[in-house]
Amino acid sequence: MIVYNTLKEVGQYCLFMTRVLTTPDRWRVFCKRTINEIFTLGIGSIPLVTIISIFVGAVTTIQMKINLVSPLLPRYTIGMSAREIILLEFSSTILCLLLAGKVGSSVASEIGTMRVTEQIDALEIMGVNSANYLVLPKLIGFVGFIPILCIYSMFNSLVGGWLIAVFTDLVSVDTYLYGIRTMFNEWYVWYSLIKCVVFATIITSVASFYGYYVKGGSVEVGKSSTKSVVNASILILLFDVILTKLLLQ
Amino acid sequence: MIEVKNVVKSFDHKTILHNVSARFDSGKTNLIIGQSGSGKTVLMKSIVGLVRPEQGSIEFDGRNLLTMNAAQTKELRKEIGMLFQGSALFDSETVLDNVMFPLVMFSSMPYAEMLDRAHFCLERVNLKGQDNKYPSELSGGMQKRAAIARAIALNPKYLFCDEPNSGLDPKTSILIDELLSDITHEYNITTIINTHDMNSVLGIGENIVFLNKGHVDWVGNSAQIYNSTNEALIDFVFATRLFRQVRNYMISTHK
Repeated sequence: MIVYNTLKEVGQYCLFMTRVLTTPDRWRVFCKRTINEIFTLGIGSIPLVTIISIFVGAVTTIQMKINLVSPLLPRYTIGMSAREIILLEFSSTILCLLLAGKVGSSVASEIGTMRVTEQIDALEIMGVNSANYLVLPKLIGFVGFIPILCIYSMFNSLVGGWLIAVFTDLVSVDTYLYGIRTMFNEWYVWYSLIKCVVFATIITSVASFYGYYVKGGSVEVGKSSTKSVVNASILILLFDVILTKLLLQ
Repeated sequence: MIEVKNVVKSFDHKTILHNVSARFDSGKTNLIIGQSGSGKTVLMKSIVGLVRPEQGSIEFDGRNLLTMNAAQTKELRKEIGMLFQGSALFDSETVLDNVMFPLVMFSSMPYAEMLDRAHFCLERVNLKGQDNKYPSELSGGMQKRAAIARAIALNPKYLFCDEPNSGLDPKTSILIDELLSDITHEYNITTIINTHDMNSVLGIGENIVFLNKGHVDWVGNSAQIYNSTNEALIDFVFATRLFRQVRNYMISTHK
């Protein structure tokens, strides 16, 4: 039964996405809505990304100092290791897991509320492809903006580590700055950006899917919002494994 | 004119509509009435295409909705306006933007002309000066009127209203009924109203279809309803003592 329901849901999701990924009825309306979504979903996430990135960058640097205690390791390893963790996992996977909570729940509850208050039916009656009209701007807006959030998160995390170097005596500023520049592999940034784009697609489409097909009232909207966050998070972790295997090996 | 012929619809092996046939004329306020669970909403959703019946045909001036392709359905829907039970106004948009929405999406008018048309529709439903308010800032009656303005923005040929008076006080209900009736006659629209409100039934019912357990049990108008011998209809329409007294009075005065 679980397998049947899962396959049914996957099929429904695929059909839903074929409705989403069609040409918009009015390009002008689509562009206007996409810009709005960039502000709501993308720019609206900047404060959260800033705070989390600075703190995680700082904590990662402290952890590196505490755990890399071997006299055989040079001091700049602290900055270098912190940078690798931030670039490879934090600013893509962990960031997107957090955004699955913030953006995913907001998208699912917005679309779910529109469903239960018959606003989606109203769009359909007017002859509007409601899936395309509501979801595509969110998808394009968020997927288009996520690389900026990812780069911004990397920068802030490194700043967090730098603040530790400045305000504590765990590592000197020069050593930290030397460490974050040592053996830098540009591909890791591209790898992180590719992952972010895939994860952003998962977050927006899964949340929209659960919101779009909600049945019932406010309780069901809440449940669909939770379900969308949980499933998007699982898919992010699954695709993290797949993409890491594909892109780094 | 909309003609429904032998429509059958089931959910989970339970038949809701049994061979329903009905005719809804243009320029008239057509009412679908019946008890809760009688299939009114399913019938209306079938007619507008939100639910697909298993059998039968639904013809909009000879065009069968059930045999149309996606493009034809989309074209037909531009001729349809619908007023939902909960108004279904887009709550993130102002009243003016709500009314302008169908114009922006489907008309090729210049912006100034769209604005004029939206203002005209808002004036027609007595909502002048409420342009910049959000739906949450309006009363229930005002929300219904804004939804009517949106529904008539594209000059629809067919207007559907799902319980337009639910949640409204009697005075506001009468205003909404009068507005719907006036608009129907003024623009020669085929209006179908799904209602429970007996004031509407007796006040504006020019063609009433009574559904009972998924069957069409009676068809007539508000004048004929007093003399009907259909027990299920009488039990439903004249359920309160006041309405029974009205019926007795009407019968006695017409004898």
